[in-house]
Amino acid sequence: MSSQTSLRRARGLGSAKEGVHHWWMQRLTAIALVPLSIWLLTSIAFLAGADHARVTAWIANPVVALLLILTLTAMFYHLKLGVQVVIEDYVHAKPVKFACVLANNFGNTVLAVSCIFAVLKIAV
Amino acid sequence: MVEFNLPKNSRVRVGITHPAPENATNVKRFLIYRWNPDDGKNPSVDTYEVDMGACGPMVLDALIKIKNEIDATLTFRRSCREGVCGSCAMNIDGTNTLACTKFTNDVKGDVKVYPLPHTPVIKDLVPDCSQLYAQYAAIKPWIQTQSSPPDRERIQSQDERKGLDGLYECIMCFCCSTSCPSYWWNSDRYLGPAVLLQAYRWINDSRDEGTGDRLDELEDPFRLYRCHTIMNCTSTCPKNLNPAKAIGEIKKLLVERQ
Repeated sequence: MSSQTSLRRARGLGSAKEGVHHWWMQRLTAIALVPLSIWLLTSIAFLAGADHARVTAWIANPVVALLLILTLTAMFYHLKLGVQVVIEDYVHAKPVKFACVLANNFGNTVLAVSCIFAVLKIAV
Repeated sequence: MVEFNLPKNSRVRVGITHPAPENATNVKRFLIYRWNPDDGKNPSVDTYEVDMGACGPMVLDALIKIKNEIDATLTFRRSCREGVCGSCAMNIDGTNTLACTKFTNDVKGDVKVYPLPHTPVIKDLVPDCSQLYAQYAAIKPWIQTQSSPPDRERIQSQDERKGLDGLYECIMCFCCSTSCPSYWWNSDRYLGPAVLLQAYRWINDSRDEGTGDRLDELEDPFRLYRCHTIMNCTSTCPKNLNPAKAIGEIKKLLVERQ
């Protein structure tokens, strides 16, 4: 039983004075991903059944490589922002929450950099 | 972590049934959540068969009839009986609403009555709202000015006054906040729709001079941004207000001042 007043608990540690950037970037990446995902999915559909040489030639096209890198950046950034919200919503034990946020940040960074490196290796 | 199962001492038992009088013609069954802090038992759902031929049309009329004529131990809050005070907010037929403005006839089948979800229960249908009141106090719900007070009322144009429509009508019944899953999971830090609607009521008041400070206080991943536009608040509001829109307006202002 705590002797703290309800108001003390409601005020807590005060406002973090951030959150707009996260919210705004989630929306910006979402908007960017609308045309990028349509482009990616249509391209993959057109490439159905293509052999390895044709796919690597497609990725090596500078415009394609550029669009792929943009898609991957927006996608993993959006994924990182979204998963962070889910963690904050549902994981309340502080050490577990910290581990989850860390795994989310590092995991998505590793995945994004690996994918972009793969594109560059083929294209450059 | 979020708990999806009720703790052992909160599992709801089947309670007792109070049958309708034999001469009753139009019987409606009310299934009501009961919990007494003093008897050490788990909560139960008691069944009351009410003769609607001798009862008013609202759920609150039936609750008062039950308390007067069937079971005086049934405990609930009520005051104005006309949707102005917000005291009789409870979960009826699966939706948070005011018992005094909810027609019993609008409920198909048995009428299930529970306290507001995810609030500590004091007794039966009486929730402990002290945290909600503290969160309301934390947003400083009064006018903040620096200019010296005028000799007369603080005037505003008719258009400026219109900015308060849809906000000032809130009766603080907390049907919205207690219907919000984000508020269920994070009520210790998320302010919830009722309090955020009130925060916007002061942000949008042309006479208030503390807008920037108010926005500063709200800019927080939890206080404001736990709102994921689930919209339960707007669909449950017994006064037909739109807390989700008020929260959206706050988010827009925060982007605008970037």
